[in-house]
This record gives sequence, structure tokens and C-alpha cells, in this order.
Amino acid sequence: MDKTICLYFQVHQPHRLRLYRFFDIGKSSYYFDDFANKTILRRVAERCYLPANRIIHELIVKYKGKFKVTYSITGSVIDQFEKFAPEVIESFKELAKTGCVEFLAETYSHSLSALISEEEFKEQVKLHDQKIFTLFGVKPTVFRNTELIYSDKIGAIVADMGYSAMLTEGAKHVLGWKSPNFLYTNALNPRLKLLLKNFNLSDDIAFRFSNHNWTNWPLTADKYAGWLAKALEKDDIVNIFMDYETFGEHQNISTGIFDFLKHLPAEIMKYKTIQFDTPSEICKKHQPVAPLHVPFPISWADEERDTSAWIGNELQNEAFAKLYSAESKVKNSGDTTLLSDFRKLQESDHFYYMCTKFFSDGAVHKYFNPYETPYEAFINYMNVVSDFLLRCDRAAQITGQSGGTIIAEDKSPVKKRTVKKVKP
Amino acid sequence: MKVLMFGWEFPPHISGGLGTACYGLTKGLVNNDVEVLFVMPSATGDEDQTSVRIIDASDIEVSERCSNVKDFLEKVQFIRIGSNMIPYVDPKEFSEMMTHLQEGQIEDFKLGIGKKYKFSGKYGTNLMEEVARYALVAGEIAMSNDFDIIHAHDWLTYLAGVAAKRITGKPLVVHMHATEFDRSGQNINTEVYDIERIGMREADVVIAVSHLTRNIVINKYGINPEKVVTVHNAVDFQGFQNVQVDRGVPEKIVTFLGRITYQKGPEYFIEAAKKVIKNYPDVRFVMAGNGDLLNRCIRHVAKLKIADRFHFTGFLKGAEVKEMFAYSDVYVMPSVSEPFGISPLEAMRSNVPVIISKQSGVAEVLKHAIKVDFWDIDAMADSIYGLLSYPALSKMAVQNGLEEVNSLKWDGAAYSVKEIYSRLLKNKKK
Repeated sequence: MDKTICLYFQVHQPHRLRLYRFFDIGKSSYYFDDFANKTILRRVAERCYLPANRIIHELIVKYKGKFKVTYSITGSVIDQFEKFAPEVIESFKELAKTGCVEFLAETYSHSLSALISEEEFKEQVKLHDQKIFTLFGVKPTVFRNTELIYSDKIGAIVADMGYSAMLTEGAKHVLGWKSPNFLYTNALNPRLKLLLKNFNLSDDIAFRFSNHNWTNWPLTADKYAGWLAKALEKDDIVNIFMDYETFGEHQNISTGIFDFLKHLPAEIMKYKTIQFDTPSEICKKHQPVAPLHVPFPISWADEERDTSAWIGNELQNEAFAKLYSAESKVKNSGDTTLLSDFRKLQESDHFYYMCTKFFSDGAVHKYFNPYETPYEAFINYMNVVSDFLLRCDRAAQITGQSGGTIIAEDKSPVKKRTVKKVKP
Repeated sequence: MKVLMFGWEFPPHISGGLGTACYGLTKGLVNNDVEVLFVMPSATGDEDQTSVRIIDASDIEVSERCSNVKDFLEKVQFIRIGSNMIPYVDPKEFSEMMTHLQEGQIEDFKLGIGKKYKFSGKYGTNLMEEVARYALVAGEIAMSNDFDIIHAHDWLTYLAGVAAKRITGKPLVVHMHATEFDRSGQNINTEVYDIERIGMREADVVIAVSHLTRNIVINKYGINPEKVVTVHNAVDFQGFQNVQVDRGVPEKIVTFLGRITYQKGPEYFIEAAKKVIKNYPDVRFVMAGNGDLLNRCIRHVAKLKIADRFHFTGFLKGAEVKEMFAYSDVYVMPSVSEPFGISPLEAMRSNVPVIISKQSGVAEVLKHAIKVDFWDIDAMADSIYGLLSYPALSKMAVQNGLEEVNSLKWDGAAYSVKEIYSRLLKNKKK
């Protein structure tokens, strides 16, 4: 049987918050740092998205449909592309036209909603689906959750929504002796197939490519293709998942990352049995080998591969609970600005900045973090959320009056959602 | 290994952090098998001598053992620092004056022979004289004791350290707890500066209590970076007990505790307080301590019309300090320049979350403190507000902070100091 390699890239940029002091609470309700967001987006577009898309397009044309890639693009970054770099959307549309590119579904705002609110989660996924359909004319059939977060329960929800497959991490503590290089199924609903990230081979590119201390440095396309072929001697599929920003942003152009990308397909195609495929094609071609039991959420982050990078310490739990406590008020208000802010505040990045794990490990965390300490990140975020909650209360009062119904939410204690306990 | 250490104060009679730091360090050294002879200008006898032998300089007779007074003075002649700064003299006049001066010095010294000098050990008006006398006595002590290395704490004892080195030839380590720039900003006392520079130039190693201080030593005193080493201070919480207090007021309390001087940045605290009070009514601010800016601060508070929410306590003693921490919900150290800064550690040990300025040495070692620039009163106010209004934040800072301060042990700092000693002794043998 044919062997398959799946290249999947995640495209995302958060709406970074401006420096929001407590004096601003109740006075100014604009939360975002447009200057930073625009500057960073333009920079990443020029260093990564545009050149990488160009190369991928050339490769697709060159190999006449044999080279395929998969993307998921968050609503957060699409919104910013539309504002600051519309040419990036155009270049993705060009890629979509080739028919060799699959776009995946995910939450619109790169949110952690799957961990706390099924309702919000489903709404965001639908919203994202619509956006992808409007832009690229295809409806996604495969799902990837924010940060590849997955559990049996999340998988079951996704299956109910009609998706045929889902991507997640090939976490060691879940797989045990099993190999990530096969198709698996959800433990509750076997119709949902699972594609697992091969983190060794993915991280070789994403994190180790430019590391001069790595014994395998420098990594060349033929060497890497050899590793893939070796992994596929016995196994079916190798899933290479990473941030798209790996190309040109995390790994600078001077590291040779683009040359690596240019030469990779040819080197892989030297092995006649290996094909490039997208997730939906993989599900048609390959048979799942077993159900995978994941009782507690896993993700693709850090050594632990759990959700503790976003909700693990008290700061994150508090911020997360406070934000979602407003969900019903936001939705009852019917106020679209409020809803849009609610969604942007859900971006997982805000919680990532409050992570205290980077004290011990994590050049990675530092790289992505605009705040010097998690305490600063928390103060700033909570100031914003405080103002946001005030607006929600005001909105709840207004709708209460105009609708003629008494909504006594500001009197009765807001039903507190508990943050799902995350297994350390 | 035996070290002759020159200090100025030692618990229980202390006026600043220097005595506490010396105490902690000596105890740590003893735990690392280093014997310490601790010389101080005026001991009262109730010092804790379990780990060190205290030598009271007021108790030392300057003997006639140094038969050649002139030779002795040759070695320690710098003690009359500054007095030869006389303008408009020609070389001949100058040389005459110097001879005269030297004769006077010999006379001075002979007068001192067989007598004890009663040091006050304080920081009074005759401080310079005491510092110089201390050096003379140090020479005597150095001759009559056996040791391997000399260690002097802060400029007050540098001349003593240098005298001991010149007489015995043993290696000298000087410890920079605070530079003149930390004490006085840009308007420094040049006499003090000169003594500091002499001490550091003659020293074989300069220990700085933080990278911040190390940079000052290198950049403002021109000391060779290779011999300047950072050893962060630690803190000794043995026997520390948290006190319980009943609060008289329902509001949350934000505290400044320290000398009310330029160096400590009290006025930034007042400005930040103003901003917080405007937006967060249930809070009171307390400024505890005394200092030359106290009156100006009181006027400042009155002018801002926040005096009903901003209180001054005056100087607080040991037990009162603990009580003050027990009262506090937030501790702020807005220092403009703080070589290290031990009080945030005490606050954290008392379960109080802290905000410290980035211009403090302690910011280099603490992770679970909120750090702001001392001049950034918006950031300071915002951090205060955050700690007051977001319980998760203060809870987290308190929990992790306690763990963190408990891990900063003097034994560790003393180990680094011992390494320095060993290196010096090894180099000397070569």
C-alpha cells in the first residue's frame, strides 16, 4: 500500500492588547494595539506568508498535482489580513485554485472554548467555516482545534458537527508504545478519524532546524527525506504539523529554511512509494488501526503536551473564568461590538502570556511573549476584562429595560463556570 | 581558612542593612568552614558571638610595637585623605606643607600610642576622623592576629582594610554594599568617593551585591571589570515569626517602608498613590520610616489633598516593622537606586506581595515580584491596583514569593565568597 506524508501548517496572529491601565477602566473601551498588530503582521507577511506561499505555489505547479499541503488559518489572522495585508489572502486564494491545498476548520478566534463552553465552541467553528467558504469556496471537512487540543469529549463534539477527521498531537503519554504514524479513531465515536502529529520529525524542522548545537545540524532536504522514508518503512502516514511562521519568521531566511522547503518535495519523491496527501484524502485511503483513549485534554505545547501552558496557574484560571462568566450577558445583549471583543479576548495567546512555566523552561515562551513577566500580562488583561465586564453589565441592564423583561443578573450571582480541571 | 573582617556595625545595634548583611554572611561563612574575626569600631558586648569572634576596636591599644613610626605611616599615610587639597600653592610650598603634615601625623600617632580611642561607631559629624582612626587601629589588629585574608565592608572600613593589607601583605577583598552614588545621587561627597576608589583599587577582588552595583563600580570608579564579582545578598529568616494584628481600618493598605531619602524614591510612591486613590476608594497608603525628605513628602501629600488616605508612621523598630508588614496588602519599593534591597524579601516572607523598581539589585534575583521602572508612576499605580483588585494575582505572588525568598540562603552566598577567597589564596601561592 502507498505511504503518505501530510504537510500541515497553522497560520495565526493574535490581536495583541494595548497597554491598558486601570485608569482606562470605564472610560476607554478600545483594547488593541493596532500599531503593534499592524507592524508585526506586515513583517510576518513579508518574511513568511508571501514568500512561503510563492514557493508552495511554484512547487505545486512544478509537480503537477503531486505536491499537496494543508493549512488552517484562524479568523483572528484573517481579520488582520483583511485590514493590514489583503495581498496575503489573495495569495492563499491562488493556492486554493490549484486544488492541491486543503483548508481545515477550527475555532474562529483561536480560542480555548472547547475546554469550557460547548455552545461558544460550536458558534466559533461555524463562523470560521463560513469565512473559509466565502474566501476559498470550499467547506472544510477536517477539523483542527486550537493548539491541537483534543480529548475524547472534544472529539465527540466535533464528530457530531459532521467532521470526518481531526488533527491532534501524537503525545507520548497517550500513545505509550503505539506509533503516531497510523490513522486512529475517537474513543467515543469511531466515525471520527484522528491524525497524529509526529513531533520528532515536525520539531526537527520547526525548532531544531537552525540549532548549531544539534548533532544533525545542518539539516538538508535529502537527509530529512531519508528519515521520512525510514519512518515509513513499517508505518503508514507521517504527519508533519507546524506553525507556518516557521518559514522565514521563527527560522530566519538566512538559515536556509526556504531552500530546504524548495528541495524537500523532489527529495521525498525519489522514494517512489511515498505520496503527499491532505487529511481528507488520507482518511479515504487509509484504514484506522485502533481507537485512541484521551480522557484528559492534550495539546502540542511544551514537554507536558497538556493544556497547562494556557490554563494551569491561578492567574490563568482566574482570567479564563472571569472572561467566560460574561458569555450569557454578551449573547443576550445582541451587541455585535461586545461579541467581537469577547471573541478577541478569547484568543489563547492572552493566556499563554500569563504562563509561569517559562521561568524554568522555555526560550519558546519568551519568544512569543510581549510581556516581561506573567504578572504584567495578567494585570493588563484583567484591566481590559474589568472594563469589558462593566460594558456587559451595562448592556444587560439596557436589554433588560427595552425588552420589558427583568434580567436581574447584576443582583443574582453570576453562575460561575468552573474551569475544567487539567491533569498535570 | 581564617578571615579578618572589618565591619562598622553588627546586630543587635544596627541602623541599616549593612549590619544584617554582615551577620548573615559571617554565619554563612562559618557554615562553610571559614573562621571569621569580625572587627567593629564599637562593640557593646551583646552581639551574637556564636559564630564569629568580635574584636572591639575601641578596646585596642595602639602599641609601640611598630618601632618605626615613619615606616608604618608610610604605609597608611593616606588616612588624612583630602586635607592636602589646597589650591594655589607652588611646588616648594607644597613640599614644605607635606613635610609639615607628615610631622604632624607622626605627632598625632605618637600621642595615640598607648591609648585607646573611643569610637562612637555611629555615623556622626566626626565620621571622617573615626574612619581614619579605625584604619590606624586596624594596622595594630592586623599585626597582632593570625589570618589568611582580609575582607572589608563598605567605604567606612576600606581604609582599615587597606592598612591591614599594606602591613601584612595578605589579600584584600572589599565588599560594595552601597556606593556613594546610591546614597547621594549625582551630588556625591568626593571624600567618600576617593576612599571608595582607593579601597577598590588596592583590593584584589571587589564583591558587588548586584550586577547593578557592579556596573557602577566599573563605570563610575573605573575599576578593572575582571576583579569585580557579583555575589547577590541573601536573607536569614531563622526564628522569623509572622505576627498577627487586628486592623483598625477596613481598607486595604499599601506600604512604603524605608529611609525617606532621595535614593528610595518616596515621591514616586506618593504620585502613584494619588492615581490609585482617585480610582480605587477603599485603600490607604502608609509611608513608614524617617529621612531628610520626610517633611517634603508630608507637604507633597498635603498638596495633592490625599492626606486623609496617606499616613506617615515615623521610624519603625524591629517588632514594629513586622507589624507593619502584617498590616500590609501590598509592599512597594520604588527605589531610584538600590544596590540590593532586603526589605522586599522581608515583605514576601510576611506574605505580602511586592512591587519593586527595576533599578534595584534585588530585581535581579526575584521572579515573583512585579517590577516597574521607578519613574513610571502609571505602571506603579497600575500594579498596585492590580494587586488590590485581582485576588488571584496577589495570592499567586504571595505563594510563590514565600517559596522564593525561603530559597535565598546566606550559605549559598557565603559559598561564593569562599570560592573567591580560595582563588585568591591559590593565586598568591603561585
